[in-house]
Amino acid sequence: MKVLVPVKRVIDYNVKVRVKADQSGVDLANVKMSLNPFDEIGVEEAVRLKEKGKASEVVVVSIGPQQAQEQIRTALAMGADRGILVKAEGEVEPLAVAKILKAICEAEQPGLVILGKQAIDDDSNQTGQMLAALLGWPQATFAHTLELGDGTAKVEREIDGGLQTVEIKLPAIVTTDLRLNEPRYASLPNIMKAKKKPIDEKTAADYSVDVTPRLKVLKVAEPPKRQAGIKVKTAAELADKLKEVGAI
Amino acid sequence: MTSLVIAEHDNKVLKDATAKTVAAATQLGAPVHVLVAGENTGAVAEAASKLAGVEKVLLADDPIYARMVAEPMEALILGLAANYDAILAPATTNGKNYMPRVAAKLDVPQISEILAVESPDTFRRPIYAGNAIQTVQAPAGKKIITVRTTGFKAAEGTGSASVEKIASAGDTGISKFVAEELSKSGRPELTSAKIIISGGRGMQSGDNFHLLDKIADKLHAAVGASRAAVDAGFVPNDYQVGQTGKVVAPELYIAVGISGAIQHLAGMKDSKVIAAINKDEEAPIFQVADFGLVADLFKAIPEFEAELTRLGY
Repeated sequence: MKVLVPVKRVIDYNVKVRVKADQSGVDLANVKMSLNPFDEIGVEEAVRLKEKGKASEVVVVSIGPQQAQEQIRTALAMGADRGILVKAEGEVEPLAVAKILKAICEAEQPGLVILGKQAIDDDSNQTGQMLAALLGWPQATFAHTLELGDGTAKVEREIDGGLQTVEIKLPAIVTTDLRLNEPRYASLPNIMKAKKKPIDEKTAADYSVDVTPRLKVLKVAEPPKRQAGIKVKTAAELADKLKEVGAI
Repeated sequence: MTSLVIAEHDNKVLKDATAKTVAAATQLGAPVHVLVAGENTGAVAEAASKLAGVEKVLLADDPIYARMVAEPMEALILGLAANYDAILAPATTNGKNYMPRVAAKLDVPQISEILAVESPDTFRRPIYAGNAIQTVQAPAGKKIITVRTTGFKAAEGTGSASVEKIASAGDTGISKFVAEELSKSGRPELTSAKIIISGGRGMQSGDNFHLLDKIADKLHAAVGASRAAVDAGFVPNDYQVGQTGKVVAPELYIAVGISGAIQHLAGMKDSKVIAAINKDEEAPIFQVADFGLVADLFKAIPEFEAELTRLGY
C-alpha cells in the first residue's frame, strides 16, 4: 500500500512572528522556514508503516514555492521514497490544496493519506477533512494512535473530553495530533541519500486547479498586548490579592 | 436568509459552546436556526430552543449522530445547506472535524475559529498561534464558519423557539465509532470553567497534580496543563491548554510551574486575571501575569491552599 504525505513549508515554530508595519501580513523575509511540525509527525508515521512492512512506498507532496523542495528533502531524509513539488506562489487556501491533492490521489492511488491536523501559519485545520470529502473517503482527524487492519484503520483520536476510537475503511485520510509519535532526526547518511531521491515538479495548472484565494485578507494586526502586572512575595499575599480583585 | 448553528452536546446536556456560537450567529443579522443531531437528545433540543435569538430548532435523532462522527454529520448538514446562507459550528474537536467536509462539498472556503464578527461577511481570526489577528472578508455565497467560543458571550436562555424533528441522512458505511475514553473528574470543563489552575513541566510528576486538585476543589476550578506536562505523561491529552489544545478565557487562570511558551500563551492569554507561580523569575509567563510569585511551587502551593482555607474557601 502506498502512503501519501502532504507537507507544508511554514515559519519555524521557534520564530517570533512579526506583523508587517503596513498590516498586509506577517514578515517572512529572512525568517527560518521549516517543515510544519504536524506534517513531520505525518512523515514519521508513514515511514514507520513502511518499516513495519505495512506500506510499500511513501510519497511526499508539497504545494508552495520552489523552496518548498527543502521541506520535501527533509521528509526524504527521514525515509520517504520520492517527492512531488507542486509549484504555486503566494497563499494557497486549504480548499485549493485539497483539490490539487485530490488530483494527485487519483493519479497515485494511495491507500492512506496522512496529513498534519493544521499548519502552524494559518491555523486553518481544514485540508485533510476537505480532501476526504472531495474524495468521498472517511477520515480520522487528530490521531493519537494508528493501527492498520485488513482494509481498515483503527484510529484513537484526541477529542475535547479525552480519546475516541473510530474505525475507517481504506482508502482513508488521517490527520496527526501531537502525540502520535516523536519524529526522528535524519542521519547524515540519510540526508546524503535523500539528495538522490527523485522529486517530480508540477504546477497547479497541471491539475487544472485555480489557486486564486477566495478569502480576502483585509489586514493582519498584532493581537492586543497584555501588560505584565505585579510580583507578590508570598503565596498568602497572592491569595489575598486575588480575593481583593474579586478573582476568587 | 437564515443562519444555521450546529449544536455541541453530549446527547444529555447542551454545551455552553453552542450558546456562544448562537451569539456569533446573531451578529450576522439573519434569523438563527439550531441543528441538534444526536441520540435521544430531546432535552438538548429543549435547551437549545430557549437560547435568545434562536427561531427554530431542528432535531435529528438517530444513534448514528450520538458521537458526531464526521461522515454522517457531513451528509446531514449538506442536506440542509440549501436553506441557509451561513452555517456555523463551535471550533470544538467535533466542529473542526465535520465542518471542513461541508465547506469542501459546497465548494466554499471555510473561515476557521472566528474571534469577532466585523460585518456579516467580515471576520477576525487568529493566525500564527494567536501572534497575529487576520481580518478576512468572505466571498459572496454560503459562509462556513467555525467559532472560537472565547470570543463571544453566551446567548442567554430567554428565548422560546419551536422544535421540529427532521429525518436522519443515514449512515455512509465508511466509518464507525468504536469506543470513547473520557476523563471523569467531577470538576467543571476547561472550556466553561470560571477558574482554571494549570500545571506545567515544573509539576515533575502526575502525582503532584494532586496539589492542584486540592486547590481546584476549594475554588470549583478546572485543572489544565501545558503541552510539556501532557507530553511527559503527567496528565491526559484533554488537559492541554494551548494553541493546539483547548483555548480558554476564564475569570482567573493560575499557571503553576508553566514557563509560558507562545503556544501555551495563545491558549490562555485572554483570561481576565492571570496568576503565575514559577521559580524562574525570567519565565515568559510573568510577562502576561497580573500577579506573579517567584517561588518553589512545592512550597508555595501548600501555603496558597492554607491561605485559601483561612479566607474561608
